[in-house]
Amino acid sequence: MKLSGWGQFPRIDCHVTAPRTDAEVAAALTKGHAIARGNGRAYGDSAASAQNTVDMRGFNRMIAFDDATGQVVAEAGVLLGDVINAFLPRGWFPPVTPGTKFVTIGGMIAADVHGKNHHKHGTFGAFVDWIDVMGADGTVQRCSPTENADLFAWTMGGMGLTGIILRAAFRLSKVESAWIKQTMIPAANLDAAMDVFEASGEATYSVAWIDCLSAGDALGRSLVMLGEHAPRDTLDLEKRRRPFDIAAKSKRSIPFNAPSFALNSLTVRAFNAAYFYNGQRKAGDSFVDWDSYFYPLDAILGWNRIYGRKGFMQFQCALPLDSSKKGLEALLRATSVAGQGSFLAVLKRFGAQDSRFSFPMEGYTLALDFPVNPETLALMKQLDQITLDHGGRFYLAKDARMTPETLRSADPRVDEFLNMRAAAGRAATFSSAQSERLKL
Amino acid sequence: MSNKGSVLILGGRSDIGLAVAHQFAASGHPILLAARNSQSLEAEKKDIELRHGVNVSLHDFDALDTASHGAFVDGLGDLPEIAVCAVGVLGDQFENEQNTETAIEVMRANYEGPASIMGVLANRFEERGSGALVGISSVAGDRGRASNYIYGSAKAGFTAFLSGLRNRLAKRGVHVVTVKPGFVATKMVEGLDLPEKLTADPKELGEKIEAAVTRGKNVIYVKPIWAIVMMIIRNIPEMIFKKTSI
Ligand SMILES: Cc1cc2nc3c(=O)[nH]c(=O)nc-3n(C[C@H](O)[C@H](O)[C@H](O)COP(=O)(O)OP(=O)(O)OC[C@H]3O[C@@H](n4cnc5c(N)ncnc54)[C@H](O)[C@@H]3O)c2cc1C
Ligand SMILES: NC(=O)c1ccc[n+]([C@@H]2O[C@H](COP(=O)([O-])OP(=O)(O)OC[C@H]3O[C@@H](n4cnc5c(N)ncnc54)[C@H](OP(=O)(O)O)[C@@H]3O)[C@@H](O)[C@H]2O)c1
Repeated sequence: MKLSGWGQFPRIDCHVTAPRTDAEVAAALTKGHAIARGNGRAYGDSAASAQNTVDMRGFNRMIAFDDATGQVVAEAGVLLGDVINAFLPRGWFPPVTPGTKFVTIGGMIAADVHGKNHHKHGTFGAFVDWIDVMGADGTVQRCSPTENADLFAWTMGGMGLTGIILRAAFRLSKVESAWIKQTMIPAANLDAAMDVFEASGEATYSVAWIDCLSAGDALGRSLVMLGEHAPRDTLDLEKRRRPFDIAAKSKRSIPFNAPSFALNSLTVRAFNAAYFYNGQRKAGDSFVDWDSYFYPLDAILGWNRIYGRKGFMQFQCALPLDSSKKGLEALLRATSVAGQGSFLAVLKRFGAQDSRFSFPMEGYTLALDFPVNPETLALMKQLDQITLDHGGRFYLAKDARMTPETLRSADPRVDEFLNMRAAAGRAATFSSAQSERLKL
Repeated sequence: MSNKGSVLILGGRSDIGLAVAHQFAASGHPILLAARNSQSLEAEKKDIELRHGVNVSLHDFDALDTASHGAFVDGLGDLPEIAVCAVGVLGDQFENEQNTETAIEVMRANYEGPASIMGVLANRFEERGSGALVGISSVAGDRGRASNYIYGSAKAGFTAFLSGLRNRLAKRGVHVVTVKPGFVATKMVEGLDLPEKLTADPKELGEKIEAAVTRGKNVIYVKPIWAIVMMIIRNIPEMIFKKTSI
């Protein structure tokens, strides 16, 4: 079966099994070269192995919920969206969420995902109480910060390379409504945007959409969006009566791949200009429902197809705080000069992060989308170098084309990761197309 | 909890049956899962209860043990409002051409057992004067084809049975829905290479079946394309059809 990540690049012919029981997972592992696959929302080749891809979406049952602590116990293939559907009406919301709800709990743990609140709450891993991990020999270990703590720590951000996550217990946060109070602040350039972030450390959520075709004095022109879960008594009467109800949305979908000329620098330029212009008009406060606030792109199913058959790639790096400004300027300038518009350009502030192999570090993270073509591939190499020059690193959940050398220059943690992989037969049993490309 | 009527799923371990259970549970209906060895469905029960906040009960049921069907329905306690039969066995056509024993098992599991239990429920629903019966048949029953006529003939029987039942009960307040899925991505067809555009997700069946019950539809193909495909297949003259390999 041909598999790819969300970027539809690369496409790999994979042997796939879909186990539903621990025993079936164990049987699949005996063939080696196994990698768990969640819902395929990593952009590149993290969740594909030509020899042995283990589709975990059959592990889709919720096991327990504790109304006192908000702890959910669920199988690893349960979708985040289903967790929200089940527990938001009872006043609970995920403490950390990526920009799509179509991810599995296993995928969220393996990539140790971050949200718009990383500066305050860290990654999803901080809210995981325990996981059951199946190792190379088919035995299952319960891992937590106190039990099998090493394996627990390496599995957060370990990209499936430490074993198969079967089940997990994680905590939700209490919320009073399904609404977010959003504050939109236009920023004329990168300096202004960073000033807003630095002044908004107390905001629960913050993120900026950058118009990355703007240049000169307007380089990094952006809309910074802050958000708070709206307390019930701040809502208008109608919403207050049913604080967890939002109107059902109609889903639009992109049924087929658009021709690749649909997204060229002209259309991207027009999109960014329009987006920015509209955003400026909407500056200020508004109440936005959770689905539109956290997952605006989920409303257009299959939006990845607008990039056409050749697919697209995302570039996402994190830069340390002290070199963020210089680094971001250089990244944006290179993108602007190359004229390779990014449809999505997202900037976030990261808080401190202390973990074995997770992506975030205190500073800033920038994510850019590009269609796959020789020019953007060349540009991304340039962006790699700029990131390295500024002491940054790269998000494996977005990567589809980095070289092993780039990864090693960026991340001194690789050596220890390899030592961990060498133990307990992991390297022989678990590998993905990405781990083979990156020699991980 | 809710005051919606309960939904009985016969074949409660089936992927389609469970998808239908989730769909009705999400709308607030209590669920009864009936299957062989039903206590092994504890995890599914818990999952449905957690997600949708409805009651779920488990009941032992063997479609082939037709003598037990009356007692099975008595044992449910309150008569469910809706019953969905997702029992079925695909079997191996080639093996079944050689072996009458296994062939008869497929025929019984797709026709005799389902028809028996639907018949018992029909009488109870008729007595009460309300309810909906949903039978999951298959497009395979629309015309016998070399590649699966043993399964297909049993489904054809079930389709005809449901059609007659609908005709009988139409004036009695009981509605009968015949579901004819094409390909559905379930464990029944795991490992077969199915065309993506023609293959439904079990979740789609759940949605379509709930809609058919609420709107009083009689016969549904799950993906509209299948209605067209099967119309063409049904209309190919036998002289030509017998030489094809569809
Ligand atoms: C529109 C969009 C927005 C996004 N926004 C963000 C964001 O804001 N922040 C962020 O951090 N990420 C973001 N992502 C990335 C996404 O959250 C991660 O890639 C996530 O891992 C995807 O989960 P998945 O279930 O689809 O996993 P997959 O893509 O299938 O797999 C991802 C990795 O997890 C591993 N894995 C999956 N399941 C298991 C398991 N059961 N056991 C062991 N390993 C497993 C795989 O081996 C693979 O290495 C975004 C992605 C998209 C498409
Ligand atoms: N998948 C498709 O492409 C497709 C297409 C058209 C129609 N259908 C029909 O859809 C229905 C559901 O099938 P599915 O796809 O969900 O496959 P499935 O998961 O294999 O479900 C079939 C179910 O039938 C049950 N069953 C078989 N014999 C039984 C018996 N004697 N007593 C009680 N239960 C029995 C099985 O129970 P156990 O778990 O106990 O074995 C199993 O749960 C079937 O009628 C099938 O023919 C499927």
